Amino acid sequence: MPDLSTNCAGIRSPNPFWLASAPPANSGAQIQRAFDAGWGGAVWKTLGQPIQNVSSRFGGTTIRGVQAAGFNNIELITDRSLETNFREIYDTKKKYPKHAVVVSLMVETRDEWRDIIKRSIDAGADGLELNFGCPHGMCERGMGSAVGQEPRVNQEITSWAVEYSTVPVLVKLTPNVSDIVPHGLAAKRGGAHGVSLINTIKSIISVDVDNFVLEPRVGSRSTNGGYCGAAVKPIALHMVASLARHKDFGIPISGIGGISNWRDAVEFMLLGSSSVQVCTEVMLRGYRVVGDMIEGLEEYMRTHGFETLDQLIGKAIPSYSEWGDLDLNYETVAKIDAKSCIGCQACVVACMDGAHQCIFPQKPGDEAHVVEGKPRVPWIDESECVGCNLCKIVCPVPGCIDMVAVENGFKPATWNQHVHEGAQLRPKKGAH
Amino acid sequence: MPSRLDAERSEVVFEDYKGAYTPAQAVLEANRCIYCSDAPCVQACPTHIEIPEFIRKISTGNVKGAARTIFEANILGTSCARVCPVEVLCVGDCVYNELGVPPIQIGKLQRYATDAALAGGERFFEAGTESGKRVALIGGGPASLACAHELRRLGHRCTIFEKRAVLGGLNTTGIAPHKLKADTSVEEVDWILGIGGIDVRASVEVGKDVALEALEREHDAVFFGAGLGADTLMGIPGEELAGVEGAVAWIEKMKLGRVATGEVKRCVVVGGGNTAIDVVREARTLGIPEVTMVYRGTEPKMPGYAHEWKAALGQGVRAEWQTLPVAFEGDASGAGVKRVKCLRVDDAKRPIAGSEVTLEADLVLLAIGQSKLGELLASLAGIEIARGVVVTDAAGRTGRKKWFAGGDAKNGGKEVVNAAAEGMAAARAIHAFLAGVGNA
Ligand SMILES: Cc1cc2nc3c(=O)[nH]c(=O)nc-3n(C[C@H](O)[C@H](O)[C@H](O)COP(=O)(O)OP(=O)(O)OC[C@H]3O[C@@H](n4cnc5c(N)ncnc54)[C@H](O)[C@@H]3O)c2cc1C
Ligand SMILES: Cc1cc2nc3c(=O)[nH]c(=O)nc-3n(C[C@H](O)[C@H](O)[C@H](O)COP(=O)(O)O)c2cc1C
Ligand code: SF4
Repeated sequence: MPDLSTNCAGIRSPNPFWLASAPPANSGAQIQRAFDAGWGGAVWKTLGQPIQNVSSRFGGTTIRGVQAAGFNNIELITDRSLETNFREIYDTKKKYPKHAVVVSLMVETRDEWRDIIKRSIDAGADGLELNFGCPHGMCERGMGSAVGQEPRVNQEITSWAVEYSTVPVLVKLTPNVSDIVPHGLAAKRGGAHGVSLINTIKSIISVDVDNFVLEPRVGSRSTNGGYCGAAVKPIALHMVASLARHKDFGIPISGIGGISNWRDAVEFMLLGSSSVQVCTEVMLRGYRVVGDMIEGLEEYMRTHGFETLDQLIGKAIPSYSEWGDLDLNYETVAKIDAKSCIGCQACVVACMDGAHQCIFPQKPGDEAHVVEGKPRVPWIDESECVGCNLCKIVCPVPGCIDMVAVENGFKPATWNQHVHEGAQLRPKKGAH
Repeated sequence: MPSRLDAERSEVVFEDYKGAYTPAQAVLEANRCIYCSDAPCVQACPTHIEIPEFIRKISTGNVKGAARTIFEANILGTSCARVCPVEVLCVGDCVYNELGVPPIQIGKLQRYATDAALAGGERFFEAGTESGKRVALIGGGPASLACAHELRRLGHRCTIFEKRAVLGGLNTTGIAPHKLKADTSVEEVDWILGIGGIDVRASVEVGKDVALEALEREHDAVFFGAGLGADTLMGIPGEELAGVEGAVAWIEKMKLGRVATGEVKRCVVVGGGNTAIDVVREARTLGIPEVTMVYRGTEPKMPGYAHEWKAALGQGVRAEWQTLPVAFEGDASGAGVKRVKCLRVDDAKRPIAGSEVTLEADLVLLAIGQSKLGELLASLAGIEIARGVVVTDAAGRTGRKKWFAGGDAKNGGKEVVNAAAEGMAAARAIHAFLAGVGNA
């Protein structure tokens, strides 16, 4: 039986699945229901001076029928009184001593930080998360991403928190920076025990084209918000990996951003996350999604012979290299499995218009063109195929198109080896 | 617009067999479409509607554009969406069948787009610059309507001669009301005629009220789209009894007027084609308790579509296979048909001696085919008629100058979509012909 017990920067939980600081972690009653559903931890909705929210607050982007493939919000931190929140934190921790309750914080002055940290720990917090990420509203008031975008300020506030705290401190980083590394390093210099990322990405989700107003509409206007949900996962993965592989970083990461299922979670862990946090998928589908996340992760670990999470955390990091170190002589071509081909020819038009014009409805000169008894199986001119992957990406039948490595007789050679050592490169394909 | 049709016609009780999509259903279904390249469904449609294109437009909310794409290829897209046997046309060739996944419901999506366009009073096409040419069209069914509309886009004036009081041909008088009711057909006709410049001479029978020679003289071209004729009779004793009727004639009565079914306990339908299947389903829907199809062939070899027959079975219809009626009998009172005397037949459809069976029936509907109308043109030298059907080239040209044909009158009886395709093709051939004449 694989062991899912988690330790992220000293914060322990029965499994690595935590609710991110957001509406699903807004109150004690919610978080307790989430723990009952199987969540291992929760980062409480950010506490600070209670704010007033607008209505409406959320927007979703529909991509070819998939609703809310990307999501955004213009809500702020908690709008509930600190007393209420602390009472509920205390109550939750008492009822669920083994689950991780991390309290997210965002205040301004040193005194405010000292005070709110003490009250959080008194209430039973297992850890703190400093919200240096919110990209709307709070940053106009000098908090949130206004802090996260300034490594110096980040480091200073982090050091205050670490000074006042007796529990681990995570710094939640904003992705609204050109390079995440200096910001992760600043948190580390401030003494953070770990970082969590990403918070939301500055965004305008859509425009109401009939009323000429941004969405989500607040009367006759709106503002930029924070983008999250499945669509942001690739951006988050890159930021997590950038820190995880950096030689001077080396502190734990709680991965966040577009995690919708166990597979996404595994990807974050393989790139160095020791816990994962989820917001949007829970907002869209409810706490119950965690059941499949746990089961899927366990099955994955069994399949690969992993007994503890440590064995998989960071396992894909070594494969992340510079472009100049990729083998230019590695060659693949697309192959179509005629047996499973349904003849939609989506690959034909994709290659014709979007790639290298080497998939055809039929082999030139082959009038009859029947493969496996089927008249519409496309033909690939392998001598022209650059192995780009586009056809495989558009094919609606899983496994029908495969990219197959070909033996071309050339020894591996990277661009750097070519430039510096004169390594021989294979002739270019499709570059005429 | 107040309907010119009887509001209490028998057909009004029928419910849609394939209901209309709600917007949510349409978008969900549209988003499933793979958007194939050189799509098999397009090839399977006789009018070659750009199906993936119109479906994509539904998915993006461009429903009007979807309708334009449909009508560009097939001006009868509204009725075709309902009446086409999509299972053996576009839907039958959807690549999802290959994947073992339910195919895209193209007919229902087409209905969604075209219904919205008609309801919204959208008009997509304008008449072309007047050419000064005049074309006569014989018959006001799908073939002639498609031909006339296309001719108007090309600038030629049209006159449709229709022997019935209403236009639409079998769309109005023959299609099973669970697919298409007469009022929808008439609305479609009005919408098509909305292009302007198409004169309609209803209740005028060509060959009787107007001479062929006069038509030819007074017009620059003539399109023959008269469809098929009356129901074929069996030529067996008792056929003249009350209660023995042609199926297509009975359907017309049901669609435009009223048929009395209250007293009918048992109905026998003779035939195994699609008209026979339609009529057994119609008889059941109108409340006739026992409906039996009598067909001289076997179930696997019946010409009617298997999917339609399955639906008929679902309505509790019975069948007598390999059975041939030899006489209809009444009783002494002369009140009408009471029994159908039959013989069983062998695999070669030859009667088997001594195999008599008697079926009780108080209504018998003959669905064994319709007569062909080609002979109407027999007096015109140069027009070839083969077994009642007018012979043309692929574009619809007959062997006589000025004369073109399409639809059931030319193909011997296919579907509405074939009539539409042939009507539009003939219009382009007529246009080419008229252009040539103009230059001469
Ligand atoms: C019972 C039945 C059910 C059917 N169901 C379907 C179905 O579900 N789906 C499908 O796609 N197809 C169906 N069909 C076939 C379809 O109706 C025809 O293929 C189509 O209507 C042919 O169109 P058309 O214009 O050639 O002929 P028609 O629709 O027959 O129109 C011909 C018109 O010409 C008129 N006419 C005839 N002679 C003269 C004359 N001398 N002068 C003036 N006018 C004249 C007629 O009154 C008629 O209005 C069905 C047919 C029948 C009989
Ligand atoms: C409605 C909403 C409110 C949020 N509020 C907070 C917050 O108060 N504090 C915080 O640190 N992050 C907040 N976030 C960011 C999430 O915690 C998370 O970092 C982000 O949504 C990415 O994860 P996801 O793709 O799983 O949603 C909020 C996100 C959403 C959608
Ligand atoms: S999700 Fe709930 S709170 Fe939000 S608008 Fe809908 S009903 Fe209101």
